Amino acid sequence: MNIQFRESSEAASPLTAKTAIADCDIHPARATRTELYPYLAKRWQHHLEIYGVHAYQGMMEGPPYPKAQPNASRRDAYPPEGGPQGSSLSLMQKQLLDPNNVQLGVLNPLNTGQGIRNHELSAALCSAINDWQIDKWTSRDKRLKASIVVGNEDGLSAAAEIRERAGDKNFVQVLLLSRNVEPLGQRRYWPIYQAAEEAGLPVGVHAFGFGGNPITPSGWPSYYIEEMVGHSQCQQSALASLVLEGVFERFPKLKMVMIEAGFGWAPSLAWRLDKVWQRLRSEVPHVKRPPSEYIREQVWWTTQPMEDPERREDLFDIIDWIGWDRLLFATDYPHWDYDEPSRVLPAGVSEANRAAFYLGNAQKLYGLA
Amino acid sequence: MASLIAGGVDCDVHPAVPHLTSLLPYLNDYWRDQVTTRGMVDLVSQSYPQNSPITARPDWRPENGKPGESLEDMQRHVLDSFQLSYAICNPLYGVQMVFSEDMQAAFCRALNDWLAKEWLDRDARLRGSIVIPTQSVEKSIAEIERCAQDKRFVQVLMLVMGDTPLGKRALWPIYETAERLELAVGIHAGSAYHNPPTAVGWGSYHIEDYVGQAQAFQTQLTSLIVEGVFAKYPRLKMVMLESGVSWISPFLWRLHKFWRGVRMETPWVDRAPLEIVRSNIRFSLQPFDAPPDEATLIRLFDHMQSDELVLFSTDYPHWQFDGLDALPEGLSPDLVRKIMIDNPHATYPRLT
Repeated sequence: MNIQFRESSEAASPLTAKTAIADCDIHPARATRTELYPYLAKRWQHHLEIYGVHAYQGMMEGPPYPKAQPNASRRDAYPPEGGPQGSSLSLMQKQLLDPNNVQLGVLNPLNTGQGIRNHELSAALCSAINDWQIDKWTSRDKRLKASIVVGNEDGLSAAAEIRERAGDKNFVQVLLLSRNVEPLGQRRYWPIYQAAEEAGLPVGVHAFGFGGNPITPSGWPSYYIEEMVGHSQCQQSALASLVLEGVFERFPKLKMVMIEAGFGWAPSLAWRLDKVWQRLRSEVPHVKRPPSEYIREQVWWTTQPMEDPERREDLFDIIDWIGWDRLLFATDYPHWDYDEPSRVLPAGVSEANRAAFYLGNAQKLYGLA
Repeated sequence: MASLIAGGVDCDVHPAVPHLTSLLPYLNDYWRDQVTTRGMVDLVSQSYPQNSPITARPDWRPENGKPGESLEDMQRHVLDSFQLSYAICNPLYGVQMVFSEDMQAAFCRALNDWLAKEWLDRDARLRGSIVIPTQSVEKSIAEIERCAQDKRFVQVLMLVMGDTPLGKRALWPIYETAERLELAVGIHAGSAYHNPPTAVGWGSYHIEDYVGQAQAFQTQLTSLIVEGVFAKYPRLKMVMLESGVSWISPFLWRLHKFWRGVRMETPWVDRAPLEIVRSNIRFSLQPFDAPPDEATLIRLFDHMQSDELVLFSTDYPHWQFDGLDALPEGLSPDLVRKIMIDNPHATYPRLT
């Protein structure tokens, strides 16, 4: 009794002291290998048992670059009831949502139907994961919102999935990954942008994915750290493709969110695009304005993993160049490189900027203000 | 405008091979025969289409022939007008694109001999880079050792996008040879196109390839650092050429963060990535990829926390600036001196 009393009183004081935040990158996991089966036709259950997912990479199970931690996740995030990290709503509430006063948590499921060579299976798995997000997560905790996961390589079926979910308040964005068979600006992906724009949903591009291309333009590197750092180069190339193919020009209401690839690279990429566009714009007449303008108007960034300068205040220059209204706080729970909300921003941020960074920008973008 | 000073070193100029036939005198009978019998055509890389605006400044573009093929033009456009003491020639002829290591080796050898005879012999201010057939480490080393006997070669030249990441151990004998012979290793923009030019596949446009060079340099820095090249060869200097500079600090902040997180994976990396870059890696000034305002430039150089990272370059004849405005607004006279003279000499010990 005494112990319980002390625990709850201790928990209450930081709770009331903490301002509400949004966490724009949470990774929910399945507790068991077959947890999606209730949402899949018998045909696909059999298929998975016999052939597996047949991704654009060689491993039947697990990633080609072994992670630094099991499931790339915190060792303290294993649920007491069993299953991998991120698979328990009650532990997520206890570790993440309650103590940090998360008012809006955006779910980005990974290891879904994306990056799979059989596009029919890809569509079936994505649809299943979307149903599962509602049943297991958003219907049980109103703070959580889901992302519409789509079969990324088949634009038409992806668009159909978006249209089916459009208007369902459980979902706040469409989810893509940065690494696909082609750069994301290519026409095969345009039906996704068109459907998202029509539905008024931002498209999140999360680091990772498999498209068969080496993660450097010089072939496959050796180490996990190279893949991790490389996600920001993939994201830069994907964003450059979106700009240069004219996706933002063609879909002016489209909003894109760059998730878990850092943001320190954004000013430099925009400057470089502008400078080169001045010279080479005759090759891309469909890009009508300086690339930095499209980026400034139509792109947002989640914060984690925040770049870590030696002098932490140097980060303010980068954020000033991007715009304080464009960053969305994220922890990446339950992954090991989790950013702790109370520690990520150096001192010296105005109250208005702090509020926008932690909550306001996300509420506005996701229409939950 | 920061003022140029006389006696500077231009670390990135591009003499152009007029045509594959220009190399015939430098090939042996067998390869001369191969070129003619098989009807081989000029080796021009997609990285720099001859008529692309980026490939030559309008006022540096000759009426006939390729930009950069005339020594007299180069003298008039940069060597004289910038009052240079030295300019380092980095030929971008597309020899890296062929797939046969034998053919690549023959073309590299011819290209290096051509450079010595048709450029270095004709202007005492010119220095050379040794282009190597990277598909064969053995042949690369033989070519480096052969050319290095000529003291005017100050650097080994590789493309930023080749067959493998540059830190891979198989390439280390090249770095061992360069360090031993006091040659810097220059990594230049451009692709052999043996892999898609971005890590997310083939883009549609030339502009996309060019923008993507910066990402390629980033992945190569990661590879070189985490594989342990500079732990093994601490005196080796590498120069990122035509890489851009505004991405350097944010990129290193990210690499540093992950290195702290997963350094158990690469325990031989015994110094922080930021320190390794400050001691071993340099970047050419052009293209200077930041807005033309002094305040931004001051912040960018302040983020680097070093005045030794950047080396002067015009990137002749590529179009990166107009007139004599090679130095961006806001550099102090001390920094100009470091960039134009001190840093290049500290990077290239053979530059005498």
